[in-house]
Amino acid sequence: MTTATLQAEPQPVARVARTYLNERTTIASWLLTTDHKRIALLYMVSITLFFLIGGAAATLMRLELLTPQGDLVASDTYNKLFTIHGVVMVWFFLIPSIPTVLGNFLLPMMIGARDVAFPKINLASWYLFMGGGAFAVFSILSGGVDTGWTFYTPYSSTYANGHVIAMATGIFIAGFGSIATGLNFIVTTHKMRAPGMTWMKLPLFVWSLYTTSIILVLATPVLAITLALMALERAFGVGIFNPSLGGDPLLFQHLFWFYSHPAVYIMILPGMGVVSELITCFARKKIFGYQFVAAASVAIAVLGFLVWGHHMFVSSQSIYAGMIFSVLSFMVAIPSAIKVFNWTATLYKGSISFHTPMLYALGFIGLFTIGGLTGLFLASLAVDVHVHDTYFVIAHFHYIMVGGMVMAYLGALHFWWPKITGRMYPEWLAKLAALSIFAGFNLTFFPQFILGYLGMPRRYHVYAPEFQVLNVLSTAGASILALGYFLPLGYLLWSWKYGKIAGPNPWRATGLEWTTPSPPPKDNFDTTPIVTEGPYEYDPRATEAELRAAHA
Amino acid sequence: MNEMHPTPRTYIINCVALLALLGLTIAAAYLNLGPFNTVVAMLISLAKGGLIALFFMHLRYSKPLIWIFAGAGVFWLGIMLVLALGDYLTRGWR
Repeated sequence: MTTATLQAEPQPVARVARTYLNERTTIASWLLTTDHKRIALLYMVSITLFFLIGGAAATLMRLELLTPQGDLVASDTYNKLFTIHGVVMVWFFLIPSIPTVLGNFLLPMMIGARDVAFPKINLASWYLFMGGGAFAVFSILSGGVDTGWTFYTPYSSTYANGHVIAMATGIFIAGFGSIATGLNFIVTTHKMRAPGMTWMKLPLFVWSLYTTSIILVLATPVLAITLALMALERAFGVGIFNPSLGGDPLLFQHLFWFYSHPAVYIMILPGMGVVSELITCFARKKIFGYQFVAAASVAIAVLGFLVWGHHMFVSSQSIYAGMIFSVLSFMVAIPSAIKVFNWTATLYKGSISFHTPMLYALGFIGLFTIGGLTGLFLASLAVDVHVHDTYFVIAHFHYIMVGGMVMAYLGALHFWWPKITGRMYPEWLAKLAALSIFAGFNLTFFPQFILGYLGMPRRYHVYAPEFQVLNVLSTAGASILALGYFLPLGYLLWSWKYGKIAGPNPWRATGLEWTTPSPPPKDNFDTTPIVTEGPYEYDPRATEAELRAAHA
Repeated sequence: MNEMHPTPRTYIINCVALLALLGLTIAAAYLNLGPFNTVVAMLISLAKGGLIALFFMHLRYSKPLIWIFAGAGVFWLGIMLVLALGDYLTRGWR
């Protein structure tokens, strides 16, 4: 990809003397860093902690659902558990995950820059995120909130007990962190590209980060305003959403979903970018239809803003608006399908190897497709009446967010782990974890499609006895899934110190980030790279010939 | 970005203009114009927003790319308003 020669084989070279990790090691040097790579690691630690909080709430819910009776927690506690799970997972894990961890780490390196455009604002973003997180944790510890992550009015603004305003304030503050990150990435992509790095030579991960950033900047302010209006109504009785005060409850849903539906694409677009990087590297092939995959990211970002009303089909929204939103929702399937077909076409006649990141990428494609197609069921006006607010919806969006997004995050983490730490993770254990996650995930969430179709509503902890078998299957799957999540937590930490030395480019991948030492020096590149080729200059035939020669 | 920046005098004039528009908003709220109360309030707020974007946010002194991004923000607001009104205005249809 550059004039610099890529490392042909992973070589056990001595660790570079000065890296971003060892340049300064005091706690202050981490907490006051403006290095995009260190900020990425700050985010990584933070979102892992939030993932554990959200995961603990999910564990308690799944345990409660083992039996049809409410015998583990009271209904009020259950309401708080699913609210904690939703709020923490959406705003404090999924939305920041790939952009703030891998995006922060990789974006400057992928475009040949030394840092993001505004390093200090980048650090401020993390502090905003943590400030927001502190409010959310305070709200949880001081009694919790039972509104669900959607904060529907007038329940949240008038009737709900608990620290609704504190929770909303947390999300409000963290949102400003998101906006600042989005702004930073947009300016970085426009202004910091190395000589020769034209838009059509950008890695697809950069395209996906760019489009995600645009959504972050355009949508998040609407959420901030919406939550502020809800808090105003709750604190001062200003009539905005509550009909008894002259407000309109559906206005909240319009404003909330104007942010929260695009937020789904904030979560999934970076995952799609990751998959494009992994599929090409492990199939040793150029991406099929680069321009289409890049344009599909833009199309998803734009169309994602036009579909929010499909969350409101049964809310007394006008049926005519419902029809428009239904048609527009179907249209999002087109760019999504372009991506899936192009990844599949990229695999065709590739020299495929099944390293752990590739397992996650292939898992993503299958699970995202199921999640996406079941989304079309929900976008159909009549079918939605039947499955609205049932476990069908829960299964659908977990296929997108866990099956898609978390798979992509873990795939990316494994793929770039050698770059981040300079060490390899243990491959067999990692494959075991990937397979556990795939199997556990499907066992957890596939029964929920059936439960929803049969009519089990979401957000209830007591259910009809005939649903028990499927719920037990789901809880059993969740325990396998949990094991799959704890494995990487253990072996990645272990490999940080004891893993095999990775060398600059263990995957023989293209991309500017692989031309620097692992871990990279503070300023990424000694000299500014000059880009002369597109991304993904892989040759599957040459790889096959090498493999044959090696096994001859 | 263009090197030209607003002078302190421009800021002060703008600030006074914004305060005057605020006064106008309050005054207009006391007039009974029927449905036109909303229209007048919207027009005044558009004028305020325009002044802020042009001078305080330096849009008047910026390159076309910045205008495109600012325009995108307004366009996206338009999407929100049009599609949400698509609900409100058709609820009574049979």
